Amino acid sequence: MNKITARDVNVFYGSKQALFDISINIQEKEVTALIGPSGCGKSTFLRCMNRMNDVIDICRVEGSIKMDDLELNSNKLDVVRLRENVGMVFQKPNPFPKTIYENIAYGPTIHGLAQSKEEMDQIVETSLKKAALWNEVKDRLDEIGTGLSGGQQQRLCIARAISVSPEVILMDEPCSALDPIATAQIEELIDDLKKEHTIVIVTHSMSQAARVSQKTGFFHLGKLIEFGETEKIFKNPDNQQTQDYITGRFG
Amino acid sequence: MNLVLISLILLLGFSSYFFGRKKALVIQSSQRLTALPKFYGYYLSIWCAVPALIIFALWSIFEPSIVKNLILSDYDGQILNKNELQLTYTKIKALALGNYSGNITNFLDNSANKYLQIKGIADNAKIVIILSILIFSLSYAYKSIQKNNRMREPVEIFLKWLLFTASLAAVLVTIGIVFSLLFEAIRFFQAVQFFDFIFGTHWYPAKTFVRDGQPDPELLKDAFGAVPLFAGTFFIAFIAMCVAIPIGLLSGIYLSEYSGRNVRKYAKPIIEILAGIPTVVYGFFAALTVGPFVKEIGNAMGFEVSAESALAAGAVMGVMIIPFISSLSDDVITAVPQNLRDGSYAMGATKSETIKKVIFPAALPGIVGSILLAVSRAVGETMIVVMASGLAANLTINPLESTSTITAQIVVTLIGDQQFGDPKTQSAFALGITLFLVTLFLNVIALSVVKKYREKYD
Amino acid sequence: MTEAKAKLLKQRYNAEKRFKLYGQIAIALALMFLTLFMYKIFSKGYTAFQKTWIQTEVHYDRDLMLIEGTNPTLQELEEADYFDVAYKAMTRLDPSLPEELDRQLIQMVSYAYEKEVKELLLKNPDYLGKIVPIRLTASDDLDQVHKGNYPRDIPEEDRRVNNYQLKIYDMLNERGDIKSTFNFSFFTNPDSREAELAGIASSFMGTVFSILVCLIFSFPIAVLAAIYLEEFAPKNKFTDFIEVNINNLAAVPSIVFGLLGLGVLLAVFHLPRSTPLVGGITLSLMTLPTIIIAARASLKAVPPSIREAALAMGASNMQTTMHHTVPLSMPGTLSGTIIGLAQALGETAPLILIGMVAFVNTIPGTPVDPAASLPVQIYIWSESAERGFVEKVSACIMVLLAFLILMNLAAQVVRHKFEKKWS
Repeated sequence: MNKITARDVNVFYGSKQALFDISINIQEKEVTALIGPSGCGKSTFLRCMNRMNDVIDICRVEGSIKMDDLELNSNKLDVVRLRENVGMVFQKPNPFPKTIYENIAYGPTIHGLAQSKEEMDQIVETSLKKAALWNEVKDRLDEIGTGLSGGQQQRLCIARAISVSPEVILMDEPCSALDPIATAQIEELIDDLKKEHTIVIVTHSMSQAARVSQKTGFFHLGKLIEFGETEKIFKNPDNQQTQDYITGRFG
Repeated sequence: MNLVLISLILLLGFSSYFFGRKKALVIQSSQRLTALPKFYGYYLSIWCAVPALIIFALWSIFEPSIVKNLILSDYDGQILNKNELQLTYTKIKALALGNYSGNITNFLDNSANKYLQIKGIADNAKIVIILSILIFSLSYAYKSIQKNNRMREPVEIFLKWLLFTASLAAVLVTIGIVFSLLFEAIRFFQAVQFFDFIFGTHWYPAKTFVRDGQPDPELLKDAFGAVPLFAGTFFIAFIAMCVAIPIGLLSGIYLSEYSGRNVRKYAKPIIEILAGIPTVVYGFFAALTVGPFVKEIGNAMGFEVSAESALAAGAVMGVMIIPFISSLSDDVITAVPQNLRDGSYAMGATKSETIKKVIFPAALPGIVGSILLAVSRAVGETMIVVMASGLAANLTINPLESTSTITAQIVVTLIGDQQFGDPKTQSAFALGITLFLVTLFLNVIALSVVKKYREKYD
Repeated sequence: MTEAKAKLLKQRYNAEKRFKLYGQIAIALALMFLTLFMYKIFSKGYTAFQKTWIQTEVHYDRDLMLIEGTNPTLQELEEADYFDVAYKAMTRLDPSLPEELDRQLIQMVSYAYEKEVKELLLKNPDYLGKIVPIRLTASDDLDQVHKGNYPRDIPEEDRRVNNYQLKIYDMLNERGDIKSTFNFSFFTNPDSREAELAGIASSFMGTVFSILVCLIFSFPIAVLAAIYLEEFAPKNKFTDFIEVNINNLAAVPSIVFGLLGLGVLLAVFHLPRSTPLVGGITLSLMTLPTIIIAARASLKAVPPSIREAALAMGASNMQTTMHHTVPLSMPGTLSGTIIGLAQALGETAPLILIGMVAFVNTIPGTPVDPAASLPVQIYIWSESAERGFVEKVSACIMVLLAFLILMNLAAQVVRHKFEKKWS
């Protein structure tokens, strides 16, 4: 079942075009990886799906991006509600300089998801458990989030994203700032999360894409070169450029 | 004579440059130079002039007091206080120089002769010493040149010391401030009890004014209580902050988070203009327009309002401070990493929620620091208060009354007749040192808060 | 979406709108203050640039002037008696003048009218014995009436110009004998107790001298100190101490510097009181930290690559600094210096404390002549109750602000035109 459908998406930064006619289908409850060399537009496309490109003044998005028949690239869209439903994890972990508890409670608070302290405690615990962080921090929920290690911080950010029960989670190179062990923990987490959430992950590590995703899209210079089953993309891609990238001839 | 000496030193110093350079060119014919010829010139010139100038300066600084002590040692037996001693010495000097038209006693005559004697010896000694220094240093330097020693390094070392001395200037100024304030303040506290000053609630120095002789100690006790001034200072600063903080913070936030590039480009410099207007102009505006306006409104509402209300002065001071808070908050908020903002927006927060719940708390130490600096500015502000608020110390929390501040009282105390031995004049210095310490305290805290905040995000 | 959810969302969006509005209101308020302020100053001040004169004729009657002989020397003209001649010049304006009102008629011109009569003759000795037209400066009260600043419809006791004077004024005005010209004397006259004669020449020169002295004392020392701190100082506790001092001094209230000037420059060094020399030195102590901070920032901005290139050529540290780094940092340093001087220019309290607040009615010719400065002049005049001074203060403020704007513009020009962009 298609969760997100993009048709002829073109993105401009001022007069410079960054994405050309992107059309793609993201399946629900699946991990879709977006790969490609630096600067090819994959992060830009990712950010279209939760309208984070709005934050950049000179960015202009044309085309259609639909989630379950809801047009995302429309002025009438309530962006605040969208982002409650589409979460994002960033490349560099960015926990708020608040306590661990407050970090997780932030989303539910502003969206009014908890009516009482007990409900909030429950949400915090559930989120941290799902992010495989609960055991490590359950005794120090009122410590400052920025005091955790890199890997823990990123899991905290994932827990924060989960706290509002989004249907989709977008991940922008979530492991690039982490060591191999933390990376492995997060990949395991992603595998677990896909049972309940649709995940789109941008990664520059092909091995990671091969490990965690079911579908992969290869971007190059703003164009979607090839998209399909991960296994196919990596074993026998249709497109020569894809083949060259996979085998390391460039990028 | 001094002029002649200085000119001599400078002339010699100047001409030895050419001399040294010429010598270098001579040496060049037989040996390799260790540096460009001009450095030989500089070397000779520096060695010629600098030692002599230093000795000259030291001599000029210390000679007068040494001479004075020598002369006045004759008067040790007599019971004269400091002022009278000073007066006597002035008379002696005047008599010696032929400018005295008063009563000439034997004592004065003897002292005057002694003065002439001592001064004569001192002047001669000065000339001899300086001339010998000139000769010695010149010959030393010249020998050095003849031996073709390294020339550029000593010159550069000298330059470095010159730069170092310049940088001491800031320290000297601070020392100057502390000492000049402390000196007079200590004298003040010899006449007025520290306790009465800090805790007294009645400030009325005028009533201690006595033409000759010393004021009655009883009067002194009750005339220099600085509490109304402390209260007035912080009260007006408080009113100013009530105006400046909301407007300054909100405009700072708006400029950094909401405004388009154009608005920011024009609005920010225009608001900065408020900071560039001299405070005397604000004072005039407050006295001429705001004060009467507040009085009218207040009267119309049935209140008793002074034309020089604390409200008027505080409000205008607040307007002056707006750009401080606005600019600093703007900078501090802009410095919060974009990463944090993105994290909040991605959670589906609105802009105001992001600002209120994430950005502002993150920027808080920096903002608090900027507010403290602004308070420090308000506390130290003088002209607005002098012109728009009362000059009579009044202990009150009613903003419609007039009150005075530490700074205004310093001006008031020193603007009339000043005598340096008078507790009234000295009180200004006591107030001054209090002010200096308070603002120092605020600044130190503010700077350390801002520093800690910067460390978090660097 | 549930109803509760929808309601919450609406609240959140409303809160967003309100918050944005608060920000806009705040900026609007700040801009409004500025506009109101500028408007007040300009509206009260622009009339100061207009001077009112009364046109009449004067008969330089030898007999009244007590001059003997037909060809008096300049000296004799200097010493002649002008009282009657001047008196008559005024009284002829109202032939039907009742005896007891002559004082009131005379009061319609400036206190210095006799001097003006004298000056006209000294400039044109051939007027002796003739009847010539003369313009006399109007008194400050009449000047204000002519400019419309004094209300005419209040009872006579509350007015500064009485009914008789108004009658004469109207008559003269109708005849065209009330003249208005540009008030050059505002710029060329020194201060005066009479508002109509007061000008800013003395305080302007006082300001110029103070700023010059300030520049001479602060600029070299500050730049040398900045060079040392930025290029040569070792990183140790003492250097930190110096830096802490500089940062503190930059935030010390200006009045403390006034006390310093009083306590050290006057009491210890016995420099002449009320002079721009002392004022300038006091100001330079205040400006020192500002220039040091600006100079350091400029020095820091010079890319290390320039320094490395020079060192690689075999230049010593001192040569690298002096030949390359310092010249390249000059635009920024100068710009910061100009801004520092602009701040010093507006300072009042420290100058009051060291005495530059005395009434000075001559134009200072050197920095050791007593003087006031423009901001102090504003302070002095604003304490004067007469209406005529309100206008003068506002005009003086306009001049001061113009001066400041020029200096800030100059700083911008220096920065933008001469600074190299290190891209």
